[in-house]
Amino acid sequence: MSKDKKTYGILIDYHYCTGCHACEVACKSELDLPHGQFGIKLAEDGPRKKIDGKWELTYIPIPTELCNLCEKRLSEGRLPTCVHHCQSACMDFGPVEELAKKMAGKTKQVLFVPAVNSSRSV
Amino acid sequence: MSKSVSKELFKNVNPDLYKKDWQWQEGDLTVTRTAQWTAPGCHDACSVLCYTDKDGKVVKLEGDPNSTYNQGRLCMRCLNYKEAINSPERLKWPLKRVGERGENKWERITWDEAYDIICDQVRYIQKEYGPECIIGMQGTGRNIIWQTPYLTYSAFGSPNFALGFLSGDSCYLPRTATTYCLFSDFFIVDCGHMVEDRYDNPEWKRPDVVMVWGNNPIISNGDGFLGHWLIDLMKMGTKLIVVDPQLTWLASRADYWLQLRPGTDCALADAMINVIIEENLYDKKFVEEFTFGFDELAEKVKEYPPEKAAEITWVPKDTIIEAARFFAQANPGAIQWGLAVDTQVSGIPTAHALTALTAICGNIDVPGGNIVVRGAHNTADAYGCGRWNLSEEMLSKELGIDASPMHKDGFASSAQGDAVLEAIESGKPYPVKMLFLQTTNPIACMGAEAPRVYAAMKKVPFNVVVDVFMTPTAVAFADVVLPAAFGMERNSVRCWWWPMKSIVKCSQYEECKSDEQIILDLGKRLNPENFPWETDEEMMTWWIQSGSRFGAKWPEAADFDFDGLKKKVMSFPKWEYRKHEKGLLREDGEPGFNTGTGKLELYSTLFDMWGKDPLPTYTEPPESPVSTPELYKQYPLVLTCGQRSWEFFHSEHRQLPTMREFHPNPKVEIHPDTATQLGIQEGDWVWIENQRGRCKQIATISPTLDPRVVRAEHAWWYPEKPAAEPSLFGVFDSNINNLTTQCVVGDQGYGAPYKNLLCKIYKCTEENSKVTPTEQVTRMGGFGYVKR
Repeated sequence: MSKDKKTYGILIDYHYCTGCHACEVACKSELDLPHGQFGIKLAEDGPRKKIDGKWELTYIPIPTELCNLCEKRLSEGRLPTCVHHCQSACMDFGPVEELAKKMAGKTKQVLFVPAVNSSRSV
Repeated sequence: MSKSVSKELFKNVNPDLYKKDWQWQEGDLTVTRTAQWTAPGCHDACSVLCYTDKDGKVVKLEGDPNSTYNQGRLCMRCLNYKEAINSPERLKWPLKRVGERGENKWERITWDEAYDIICDQVRYIQKEYGPECIIGMQGTGRNIIWQTPYLTYSAFGSPNFALGFLSGDSCYLPRTATTYCLFSDFFIVDCGHMVEDRYDNPEWKRPDVVMVWGNNPIISNGDGFLGHWLIDLMKMGTKLIVVDPQLTWLASRADYWLQLRPGTDCALADAMINVIIEENLYDKKFVEEFTFGFDELAEKVKEYPPEKAAEITWVPKDTIIEAARFFAQANPGAIQWGLAVDTQVSGIPTAHALTALTAICGNIDVPGGNIVVRGAHNTADAYGCGRWNLSEEMLSKELGIDASPMHKDGFASSAQGDAVLEAIESGKPYPVKMLFLQTTNPIACMGAEAPRVYAAMKKVPFNVVVDVFMTPTAVAFADVVLPAAFGMERNSVRCWWWPMKSIVKCSQYEECKSDEQIILDLGKRLNPENFPWETDEEMMTWWIQSGSRFGAKWPEAADFDFDGLKKKVMSFPKWEYRKHEKGLLREDGEPGFNTGTGKLELYSTLFDMWGKDPLPTYTEPPESPVSTPELYKQYPLVLTCGQRSWEFFHSEHRQLPTMREFHPNPKVEIHPDTATQLGIQEGDWVWIENQRGRCKQIATISPTLDPRVVRAEHAWWYPEKPAAEPSLFGVFDSNINNLTTQCVVGDQGYGAPYKNLLCKIYKCTEENSKVTPTEQVTRMGGFGYVKR
């Protein structure tokens, strides 16, 4: 990816994120991060009773400043490890233009553009 | 829809990197395509790519994106594999105890010395007391399913293989024993995992509704069922009903969440059957052609109208009715059932009612329903493997055989844990002289009434522990400790239920040996006739091909050896739906089920013959607001426990820093109103106590629980605390089994009330915390209730 100028992102279908922590540990292992450090971190909303009596419970993993979009893996032709291992298969990776197209018409989608995009060697 | 989900699952598989060979080179690294099961433990065995360097060291594990089983996905425990195999706490070589038991003083010995000590003891006990005085034990889901039983029956010559001190054999066995009585087979949810093309298979259909009953499969992955397959189904449109006392993630996405009082499952299931029959929503054709005793069942469930069940279960009447209709109208529907079915004195009738419920809805063995499954290639069954090497006389000495006719007539293939405990305590019907504990840690994990188990195990003259870390069980009781290998350090096979997968040795750590190798080494020394194999691979070949022993019509036995499986990576026998229509289930090749009546028995003729209840009758938990109102005044909260965590498999993984980073301490969940009433805040250490004992965990405020129920974690110990007694890794400090029962089991000897007890909760203070529970148990004789 260091050969192009595209902006890359991670798309998450958060209706299906179960909060399983696979992305967090995959990342820690890939980047060899010490205790307390994360390249992607799970956020939790709820459980909270909604007005209709049902429960709101939502998980979204958020790429941190340590996320390098798995530069090494990408150069080898692999997917970022979080996307590869996501147990719900609710994460996707690619140029943001393509991901934006995939989002269109769907709900409960969030597209992250990690900070590494600005410092990537071009 | 299924096409797009399949495409999403196999997205961007780069064929240059992810090959379909079983092994290849990638630069300096060797890549092996196989499965990682245990150690460290897991209930599944996902397909992985194991990358090893030129020294044979595992560099990383990656999910195999070409696997039709997990499609590249892995959970946090496999992704943390490198930390586990490199843990400085690992056992490296055999050890002999040199101090007193509990002092944690050991001497390094060779494998030959260790085997000599063990074999001398075995021969001495066989000669002086009889082989039955030796008990083989293993933990759940770990690498050895058939192996320890085979060693026990075929090398020790004892009929006593037991599941640690699991009271009432309350894991899977109540369900399997029941379904084998009712239709001579077992059912699971069809997630397309019986065929290699999965969701693209033209015969497969996605279930309309899956009813998740008494388990949280996305975390527990019980019994070979990869929980996240349910997410795939949901993406294709499957709806959920979830039956659970707590709001699981699946419950948050369900159309119906039935928040029942723990231990009342049978009444709920009976009421749902009542609605389905009353409203004529059942599958008349299937009922007519393939079931026996429908009218008796219909009469029985009249005892459980929804309003009465609502009173018993705390689930609102309308919710019961609507959920029953929703399930019955699904075409197909399927029940994904779990451990909570087993952990109650109504374990057998609950399994009976749920089998009847899905059967009358016409879900049995249809695509996307509850398919009838056997082990791929019909391999030698698990806990009974090798029983054929024992005489009738020896088999009749099995502990707990009198628990019920079900046990006596061979529908149970393990010695009952409760009976083993009583034999140790009383010396009757004969003394227990040796425990061979393989990958099981009873006092930390599933041993109910743990202080009582502790006192008993100390009495056994000779104990061997085989494990990967020094556990509280090893420190307290072991005379010899053998170091077991991790998953990628062993040759083995995973086959529960489908497909059959290879486990290929890629690495060696210090002097560790696989459980399989240890069993083979011991077997060859003790009874070479029953262990005619030179290598572990030869032994695995025997097991792979063992389906031919049983001559079943389906599935076909394997004709390949271990090396063949290694190269195939996975093997799928030919899958068939509607086997009862095709004559594939009965030994005589006739259509129907392999029972006396040839039908799926809603009314059990076997139970009837044994003088047992032939229909599913609900029994109240032995300690509950209803059955013991006086006790309830003293212990005014219903206690449920043992829900699974992402980070841990039972008592494992506690020594791994990354897992403890996510989950540092045991948590007990309390409703905010109850917590306020008790002056408890989020994060407080609290005592959980009943008349048998107490333990402490950290309060977590949970608005989704019923205010009358609390939910505590199991299997906690603290590898960071000193090993020697009285510390013993703090194994009793947070141990919920200080509160559970032994020898309180269901009518047929199955099912103990692990998840439905009473307790009280109060804040830990300096004043009330002077003696830790572990000191209490190891130095002061327990809580005063321990039976001597």
